[in-house]
Amino acid sequence: MAAEYVPLRTKVVTKPFLVLAALALTGLFLIGYRYLAGLGAVTNLNDGYPWGLWIAYDVLVGTALGCGGYAMAILVYVFNRWEYHPLVRSAVLTSVLGYTLAAVAIFIDIGRYWNGYKLFLPWQVNLSSVLVEVALCIGAYVVVLWIEFLPTLLEKHREHPQAAVWLRRLNHALPVIAAVGILLPTMHQSSLGTLMVIAGGKLSPLWQTYLLPLFFLLSALAMGFAVTAVESIASSYFFGRPYETPMLAKLARVTAGVVAAYLVLRLADLLYRGAPVLSSGFLTGMFFLENLLYLVPLIFLVSPAAARDLRVIFLAGVALLLAGALYRFNVFLVGFSPGPGWRYFPAVPEIFITLGLISLELMAYLYFVKRYPVLPAEHG
Amino acid sequence: MAVSRRQFLKLAAGAGLCAGAGLSPQVARARPPVPRLPEAVGILYDATLCIGCKACMSACKEFNGLPPEHTDPRAIWDDPLDLSAKTVNIVKLYTHGTGLAKDREQDGYSYIRRFCMHCVDPACTSACPVGALHKDPRTGVVKYNPDVCIGCRYCQIACPYNIPKFQWDSPFPRIVKCQMCDHLQARGSYPACCRFCPTGASLFGEVRELLKEARRRLALKEGEPTWFPLRRVDSGSHTFRSAPAYLPHIYGEKDGGGAQVLMLANVPFTKLGLPVLGEDSIASHSETVYHALYKGMLLPYLVLSGLVYLVYRHTSKKDLP
Ligand code: SF4
Ligand code: SF4
Ligand code: SF4
Repeated sequence: MAAEYVPLRTKVVTKPFLVLAALALTGLFLIGYRYLAGLGAVTNLNDGYPWGLWIAYDVLVGTALGCGGYAMAILVYVFNRWEYHPLVRSAVLTSVLGYTLAAVAIFIDIGRYWNGYKLFLPWQVNLSSVLVEVALCIGAYVVVLWIEFLPTLLEKHREHPQAAVWLRRLNHALPVIAAVGILLPTMHQSSLGTLMVIAGGKLSPLWQTYLLPLFFLLSALAMGFAVTAVESIASSYFFGRPYETPMLAKLARVTAGVVAAYLVLRLADLLYRGAPVLSSGFLTGMFFLENLLYLVPLIFLVSPAAARDLRVIFLAGVALLLAGALYRFNVFLVGFSPGPGWRYFPAVPEIFITLGLISLELMAYLYFVKRYPVLPAEHG
Repeated sequence: MAVSRRQFLKLAAGAGLCAGAGLSPQVARARPPVPRLPEAVGILYDATLCIGCKACMSACKEFNGLPPEHTDPRAIWDDPLDLSAKTVNIVKLYTHGTGLAKDREQDGYSYIRRFCMHCVDPACTSACPVGALHKDPRTGVVKYNPDVCIGCRYCQIACPYNIPKFQWDSPFPRIVKCQMCDHLQARGSYPACCRFCPTGASLFGEVRELLKEARRRLALKEGEPTWFPLRRVDSGSHTFRSAPAYLPHIYGEKDGGGAQVLMLANVPFTKLGLPVLGEDSIASHSETVYHALYKGMLLPYLVLSGLVYLVYRHTSKKDLP
């Protein structure tokens, strides 16, 4: 059988790579400072807004962007659509990186990190706490993702006798690994929404609902599909490889279905609760921006143009990523109001730490696609 | 490519599964409300008796080892603007118009003390992943254990009163909040705020007794001569004065599922900065959603077995185009 995936084998250390390295170093330096001087020294977090950019972006958006592996696994393993299999590896790679960095970000964010291990002591955890579910599931999923990524690492060294043995073992365990790899994100991506139910009236009625878990799950799926398409098109463009056009066109249909379901449920929920959609001032604006970012790409994705024009799929994908990101920011920061007098906008070092983490992620991505069999083999 | 009928059915089934998982809280039975503990202790704060002397604030700092705060660098006194990691009890002022009449919403003013409400069914303890915030099983006091706290600050997101505060300027930060002078109670004493309050505006006691006392006050006719216990509801010492006007609402009796701190005032509590909360605790809402999905891990196991089956079948029988 011809290899399904191949490494790019081009130079790793390029100019953009060095720029990313500089950003990553800046971030690491600031992270060091945070451990010496406390969270207040590098962030604008305060007692009204105890969660900020790191939770909203690194954890919420970061893991949702890391849902590519999850979304593709559902298509391939649950719906038996093996034609998407060539996209699975790069999706798993972005997931591995996104989730690993989210886990790192959590350890930068929590104030008493030396007690962090207590989250994993069964007699210590509070089973009523949604955060426990989120933390344990994300922790477990990081491990599962690395296991899912192992074949890629092993294939590079397939001459080694041990590697072959392990590859076979992993293949045997695949149904269980894949199933757990689908269950865990279903659990924690929805629980990330459940987290904010307890904020009650502090979260604007435009976003506060018992359906938060469902909305977070559906929007994470939409982001997973979108990120897979965007990443596939971008890597084909930058690395000068053929585009996966027919596959992406079909994927666009699936994405449109998820987004449509999300929007219909979201609208029904708002109507049912009688949320003050039009009379919430600034929040109304943010609400419309968020939902237009869903609606406009949806219209393009169901139009016949999407089947032919990759630019349409690319732009729609980017819009959907922005929509999902904005939804998460709206739920965790914009729509959250602890009362008069509290304000939050991320501080410069806070932003640079996030940029540093993103840079690390991109550097790792570039390294892996160039040295390991991640991208689909050319077939046309 | 057109979506075939079979594909469509599969997608619909998948979407149904997800929707079911999300919607089930709507149909699941709510988590039952938490009752008050029989021996719960608390504080009754009566804004109409408060003279804004802030003796409770300085006593609180002294007995809890908290430093003074200079929010205005020119200030020569302890001047916190709000609760913080250095101030777990604060006396605030409401004013309107001329601000001349005490305890009047129009052209008047009112004091309001803010500190942890020691909720009957606290959001903070429900949220805390490691039980660092926990309710004393006998007294119901909501206490903090720094030895297990991971500093995630989810308690701050959860508390409807914004009570837990975080030491942002420390590399080894803690959560700080009122613990109803638990260390003094352990020695048979009682909270410093109540011990040093000159007017009985802050009154310590068993919540049962405090509720009785609050109801007695609401039943008084304005101007009628009456007595008010000092320091503790069972102290036996009283002040005598004529009954003030009250709004007929014991804040904390039912609000937010009930609290062990109760408040009386003659200015609406929303004007005094207290949130409008339903009679169910927010923790019961959140846990209803959460438990519907995760009670006994039944749903996850079911989904997992379904997934293993599907993946196994589909990896052995690849549906290639
Ligand atoms: S007022 Fe806030 S901190 Fe105090 S017990 Fe209630 S939820 Fe917890
Ligand atoms: S910051 Fe500490 S006390 Fe607050 S929820 Fe997290 S672990 Fe619990
Ligand atoms: S000590 Fe009593 S009277 Fe003085 S401010 Fe505090 S509650 Fe009011």
